Amino acid sequence: MTLYGYRVPMMASLLVWCVIWELVGQSGLMFLVPPLSAVLVAGYSMVQTSTWQAAAMITLHSFAIGMGLAIVVGVSLGVLMGRFKAVDELFSIWVNIFVSAPLSALVPVLMILFGMGETTVIVTVFLFAVWIIVLDTRAGIQHVPKSLIEMGRSYGASTFALYGKIVLLAALPEILAGIRLGLVRGVKGVVIGQLLVAIIGYGELFELYSRSFDMENFWALTIILFAAAMLMSAAIEHIEKKVDYYAGVR
Amino acid sequence: MTLSTASIHALPHAESAAVEVRGISKNYKEVEALRSIDLDFPRGKLTTLLGPSGCGKTTLLKIIAGLIEPTSGEVRVNGKTVTGPGPERAFVFQDFALMPWATVMRNVAFGLELKGMGKAERQSIARHYIAEVGLTGFEDKYPHELSGGMRQRVGLARAFAVNAEVLLLDEPFSAVDEQNRRKFQEDLLRLVEKERKTFIFVTHSIEEAVYVSDRIVLLSRRPSRVSQIIEPKVDRTASPDAIRRDQGYLDTVEEIWQGLKHYVD
Amino acid sequence: MASSQVNGPVRAVHSPAGWGLSLGRLFTQHPIVSRMVSLGLFFLIWEIAGRVPISYAFPTFLETLSAFVTMLLDGSLFAAYGSTLQPLIIGIAISGAVGVTLGIVMGLSRTAEWLVAPLFIVLQSAPMAALIPLITFVYGIGLAAKTLAVIMLALPVIVLNGYKAVRNANPSLVAMCYSFQGTKLQQIAKIIIPDASPVIFAGLRLGLAAGFIGVILAELLITPTGIGDLITYHRSVANYAEMYAAVVSIILVSTLTLAALEAFEMRVLRPEKRRG
Repeated sequence: MTLYGYRVPMMASLLVWCVIWELVGQSGLMFLVPPLSAVLVAGYSMVQTSTWQAAAMITLHSFAIGMGLAIVVGVSLGVLMGRFKAVDELFSIWVNIFVSAPLSALVPVLMILFGMGETTVIVTVFLFAVWIIVLDTRAGIQHVPKSLIEMGRSYGASTFALYGKIVLLAALPEILAGIRLGLVRGVKGVVIGQLLVAIIGYGELFELYSRSFDMENFWALTIILFAAAMLMSAAIEHIEKKVDYYAGVR
Repeated sequence: MTLSTASIHALPHAESAAVEVRGISKNYKEVEALRSIDLDFPRGKLTTLLGPSGCGKTTLLKIIAGLIEPTSGEVRVNGKTVTGPGPERAFVFQDFALMPWATVMRNVAFGLELKGMGKAERQSIARHYIAEVGLTGFEDKYPHELSGGMRQRVGLARAFAVNAEVLLLDEPFSAVDEQNRRKFQEDLLRLVEKERKTFIFVTHSIEEAVYVSDRIVLLSRRPSRVSQIIEPKVDRTASPDAIRRDQGYLDTVEEIWQGLKHYVD
Repeated sequence: MASSQVNGPVRAVHSPAGWGLSLGRLFTQHPIVSRMVSLGLFFLIWEIAGRVPISYAFPTFLETLSAFVTMLLDGSLFAAYGSTLQPLIIGIAISGAVGVTLGIVMGLSRTAEWLVAPLFIVLQSAPMAALIPLITFVYGIGLAAKTLAVIMLALPVIVLNGYKAVRNANPSLVAMCYSFQGTKLQQIAKIIIPDASPVIFAGLRLGLAAGFIGVILAELLITPTGIGDLITYHRSVANYAEMYAAVVSIILVSTLTLAALEAFEMRVLRPEKRRG
């Protein structure tokens, strides 16, 4: 949008929403919505407590391990599916089912299989994130032009070099897009996992604050979570833009 | 004296220009695409805008169509200044611009549909022009079921159907394969002969320009100006194959190529 | 190349899940044999893993299957689905009406885009599930709470798809309509909305997928009813076969629904893509 000839950046409108939040909070009409300023103050003191720091560490830890596994497994499986028809036929039905299935229903099963602890949350993150990474990687690999692979072969590239120097790099834009979407899903996974397990990390704090009607801390928790999710996604998008120039031209 | 001038404008006759371009310039931010272009497009003739790629010939055509606003200058059609698209002009798009969700019939009749013409009436007009471009039997097909050449025939029929005096064709054959393009060019010549309209045609193919045009306007590289106007001396009463072997045809192609060669890097 | 370019340059917009979501194609492209082999292999591994057993809480495939048939016959599955699908349908209907309208308005108006788009971009990439526990405070644990959970998860993707579809409406077709002196209203009704409808519909489908997650989550977290309750109940009494059957059934139901919608989308809304 332009205002008096100046281009107002799109995300600036979030400030408008913050003001509206503050006004609604000040009016006291909804007890669920305390003023934003109060939330920020609560958040500032919350992040200094050891409870929050411990919860954040546990959450980050489960998220990082789950995501790491999802990226390694997702990219490998995606490459295999993209290059080998047999692997593709064996897995495509499952990948396509799980990428859009309500995985929240699976979490109770994970809870009895892996216990009420961090393992369940890690597996939840993995299951939420991995499928979209597989699909995008597979699509990226399949879009690598045949001529590029033939070029590598004709210049005598070993299989290792062919994958490392040509196939994976050529598919990088799609792989990164998959990882970004996977991250977004992984954040949802870590939250859903912890909420359902309810005794660890952020889930425990959410449970605690919502039960005790401590709305300032609840919203502070939410804002930090949302901001972390947005920042992560923006960071990957930034890397994506760097390779974007050849996404269209290959 | 003033009276007679006015009457000339009010009653356009065959000798006057259907489209007058006066001092048209177009800048995109810092890039100067067109620089003070003055051109007349004679009524009932096919005039081609030809030039190196990126020279702004499509921009000029879209300014005449009223799809793009010039930075300065004006375009007059039948003496009236252009401020936007109008019923006396119809545009044929390079990428066909067919609605994928609509049949050939609806696509061809779309200009009339927008004018609010009744269904039976517009369909009978559309049917006539579908036949004119040789697509009878394809009325109920969808664009994705047609070849590139057939799709552009739909685009051409749509432009004919609104009965505009001036037809603006933006590289209409560039997305059509070579064999279909030749056939299409022959059909276009026949339609030019039959419909007696003013055609403004943009292409980057020298052969195509010489083959179909009464007049060829050569545009220079950016900032684009009129560098030369050529009237090919080609006998169009001859058969298509004879034209392509005609000495006048070959000489004109060579002449234009010599003129354009130094623009090619 | 020419045949894929029905209308000018390839469109930049595709569903947020990328080219990934292809449940519809699943049922047409891959030969039926390889699908059967894939399914059979999976069930075989499940059966073996259950017989080992890898965990006391891991029933075999056949036990799960028989539990599924029992639950189907005694009507408990049907009752549960009645309770689960009702808020899902209401929620999607509301999100669809609100979301598509909002998306179209945002696509057409730069001001609305500036004001609303960032909000939904945040909401879509943020874990909205965190807010589900709040719903109980206002709406209790009834139908309204579940419906709201569905809306919270489904609305952002529906809005954003509608917005992107309208914003990226084929500029060549818009110019065509303008060149034939179409009015602004005609341009919206005859060009922009038809052109955007496949992507809008895909948004509804993705919204439904998110809605499934939302309704299950609400049932597991706040309102013990429907399929979520079935899962929780059988888990609490250690009827693992029944519990697994309920979990598999909800995945099955959502997969089949989404696949049917995608098949419809391919067949009816995107005839030009059917051949490719």
